[in-house]
Amino acid sequence: MKVSRRTFLSIGSFIVGGAAGTALSPLPWKLTDDLSIWTQNWPWTPKPERGDVSYVNSVCTLCPGGCGLSVRKVNDRAVKIEGMKGHPVNDGGICILGLSGLQLLYGPTRVKTPLKRVGERGQGKFKKISWDEALAEAAEKLGALRAEGKSHTVACISGSAGGTVPQLLKRLLTAYGSPNFMSVPTMQDAYAVTLKQMHGIDACPGFDVENADFVLSFGSGIIEGWGSPVRMFKANSAWQDKKIKVVQIESNKSNTAAKAAKWIPARPGSEGVLALGIAHVMLRDGLYKKEACDGAAGFEDFKKWVADNYAPENIAAATGIQKETVESLAKEFAAAASPIALCGRGQGRTPGSQYEFMAVHALNMLAGNINKAGGVQIIPEPKYIAWTEPELDEIAQKGTASPRIDGAGSETYPHAKSLLNRLPQAILTAEGASPVQALLISEANPCYTLSDTQAVKKAFAKIPFVVSFSSYMDESAQNADIILPNHACLERLEDVPTFAGLSKPVIGLSKPVIKPQFDTKHTGDAVIALAKALGDKIAAAFPWESYEACLKETLGDKWEILNEKCFVAAEENIEAPLQFFTQECKTVSAEGDEKQYPFVLMPYDSIRLANGFIGNTPFLTKTVPDTVLKKNEMLVAVNPKSACGDSLSLKEGRSVMLTTPKGSAKVRVHLSEEIMPGVIAVPRGLGHTAYDKYLAGKGVNCNELIGPAEDAGSGLDAVWGIRAKLSNVSI
Amino acid sequence: MSTSVDQKKEVSTEVGDGAGGFAILFFLLGLVASLIVGWVAFPKLLYSQKNQPIDFNHELHIGLVDEGCESCHFFREDGTYSGVPKLEQCIGCHEEVQGQSKDEAVFVEQYVKPGREVPWFIYAKQPECVFFSHVAHVKAGGMDCVTCHGHIGESSSLKVYEENRITGYSRDIWGKNISGIKTNTYDRMKMDDCSECHVKKGVNQSSVQTGKGACFVCHK
Repeated sequence: MKVSRRTFLSIGSFIVGGAAGTALSPLPWKLTDDLSIWTQNWPWTPKPERGDVSYVNSVCTLCPGGCGLSVRKVNDRAVKIEGMKGHPVNDGGICILGLSGLQLLYGPTRVKTPLKRVGERGQGKFKKISWDEALAEAAEKLGALRAEGKSHTVACISGSAGGTVPQLLKRLLTAYGSPNFMSVPTMQDAYAVTLKQMHGIDACPGFDVENADFVLSFGSGIIEGWGSPVRMFKANSAWQDKKIKVVQIESNKSNTAAKAAKWIPARPGSEGVLALGIAHVMLRDGLYKKEACDGAAGFEDFKKWVADNYAPENIAAATGIQKETVESLAKEFAAAASPIALCGRGQGRTPGSQYEFMAVHALNMLAGNINKAGGVQIIPEPKYIAWTEPELDEIAQKGTASPRIDGAGSETYPHAKSLLNRLPQAILTAEGASPVQALLISEANPCYTLSDTQAVKKAFAKIPFVVSFSSYMDESAQNADIILPNHACLERLEDVPTFAGLSKPVIGLSKPVIKPQFDTKHTGDAVIALAKALGDKIAAAFPWESYEACLKETLGDKWEILNEKCFVAAEENIEAPLQFFTQECKTVSAEGDEKQYPFVLMPYDSIRLANGFIGNTPFLTKTVPDTVLKKNEMLVAVNPKSACGDSLSLKEGRSVMLTTPKGSAKVRVHLSEEIMPGVIAVPRGLGHTAYDKYLAGKGVNCNELIGPAEDAGSGLDAVWGIRAKLSNVSI
Repeated sequence: MSTSVDQKKEVSTEVGDGAGGFAILFFLLGLVASLIVGWVAFPKLLYSQKNQPIDFNHELHIGLVDEGCESCHFFREDGTYSGVPKLEQCIGCHEEVQGQSKDEAVFVEQYVKPGREVPWFIYAKQPECVFFSHVAHVKAGGMDCVTCHGHIGESSSLKVYEENRITGYSRDIWGKNISGIKTNTYDRMKMDDCSECHVKKGVNQSSVQTGKGACFVCHK
């Protein structure tokens, strides 16, 4: 169409007129303003809740640290977690995980209703069922096993052994007829065996770090999350202020090592030998506390044995530490007024070599600091749970009398209470049907945290019936048949007995801050309901209406003060006679052939990575530096001086294949002087496959690459590393 | 030759004159149309009219309570402001139907008895990016409610809530007058109105919390 000049001008004039008129009207200015406000209201933009502000005190259950919390609420929503002022553990402080705990509470990884598996195991296909259906099905399966005389084939894995919920689970197993209650082992277990062997008593250790004036740490990640993290951070700051010397013995320059006055990179695994080398110098030069040690059981034998075998010049080859260093370390340690020696590798979330613990504890005994200010406190196990023994029927009597599947308490492992690390192997090596026919899992994620997770998953696949009580869709819940989700932390009432190396342990009360958001049930109530459904004497062993009634009755006169203050002090120290030992300090060696695998792989802990049952929060993952995790790829630290053969050159950021006798994974290399040559440092806490998109698929789970190493003394897992090699990635 | 040139000139003049008139006409048409759109149609389209769920009578209530506005719109112990009352404040008197009003019956039956909060439309709601503290203005600054909220406390009926379709906030923020001209302090409550008063009163020009100046007084 031909546009005439007139038409063109007319349209043009109309447009110009329109533009002028629009500019003279409020339309463009108002629209600009409104659109800018509209952009602030996009639905994904978080908005603070408005309303009535209140604070609720509670106790954190995200790690064993037992910190007091003060949670800020607006209306019914928890909006901020702060440390509780005046709480004996953390006095207002809070760690990065606790701080971001709301992301676990409100995040997408929660299990919202009881679930029943519909797909293959591990496929993650579940259907929603009601609580009545779920409990009835679990009770029916357990009842059928019991009727077949297989009650002893039911096992339970609990995140801890202390507190009423784990004890209710244990009681259920006992009344039902199974001895197989297991808890996830930590350094507390290794310490318990140590105290049993060196003082002859059942006790827990406390470390009076606040009053110590010389700290000798055998690989303990003091500011990596060892013990109760906030308390240790505060203690470490106080040491720096008071110029108290901290010596860190560790192959990796962790944050603790970097902040220490002295960092001694000893050969990994040789820490126990080094401790006895220090003991040798103290004994040789008469630097030990004679009034504490002379006349103690086995002291003369110990003295002679250490004198014969652990001279600093003789251990130099094993530890890689010069004679002079050992001599001066021993003298400094002995000269301090209240020195303390710590062990428990990294965060201490895994036990370790029994002899290493005993050797380090011997140093404390030689320094005369047992039950002294600034020393090791010997604290009795908590006794506030004093239920009457359940009455057992014939099946239960027979069942509980049968040997434990994990061998704990047997002649071979007399001091161990549970040996979860031995369970997968026991299932895999059994002939015929699995010795575990049903498994209950509470507050634990063995499919992620146990060494050699591939074998663990294989073993779990042989168990016909797995029940998980997890609040989150973790790796173990994903491999379960029925999930009976617990209320999450801050939604549930629970007692939290906290030891974690505190010099004055406390019993905390975790109070619900908000009402449960989903169709979940307190594990305590679920256990009571299961017992009632199983009937007869099992039901009779659980006379309580509800978990709350049980807890109230159990705590007795402590209930009121716990409700008010959220904590009460636990029992006083107990007398601890010294008993020295003369067993050879057997080092736990890394699995694998040295020629085939020239490196040693060592997992390391970081305060920025939650590595237990609780996974990382998105906020925590944000704080992980890109020398550890870059996008979804994990970096392993290697010293540039490491010899790795001609075929492979190490370059920063280079993709390599990391292979151990247990498996292999593609990782990237981070060159760092902060690691001993020949060692590969791998972060612990990455490589989840379950939970949500914020946690899954980032890096590699180091537990897939290492295998369990059973300690000859305790039977606990003492693995600290494995031999490994790096090779080119095949394209 | 010259004739043809003249002819051409004539033609072009003719065309030019006619087109010029049209151009002015269309310019004016465009101008008027857009002015009507901008001043009349646009405000009508921009705001949707919503009635409050209950027609609350401020005048009636203020005569029955002892402490004026603060009887229902009070400060919490920590200094935060309660804003629009919750059922909790109403329930003391309104557990049972009072008087004959239809709204009263609806309020008790549909909200008080089932324990459901009334979804009031809030005329004064500011965007999320604004940090506003009542306590700083009322207690520390000694301002009265009328300065910002007008004479709503004396009204016997709630006015229609005009919701901006784009932002979701009330028309009261920009002001009833689309051109933004105001005669009273409470006619509009945009950023300029806040800063006008802040400047006039010589308010501390930096944030108490952060110590930063300018924007940070209200945008934390």
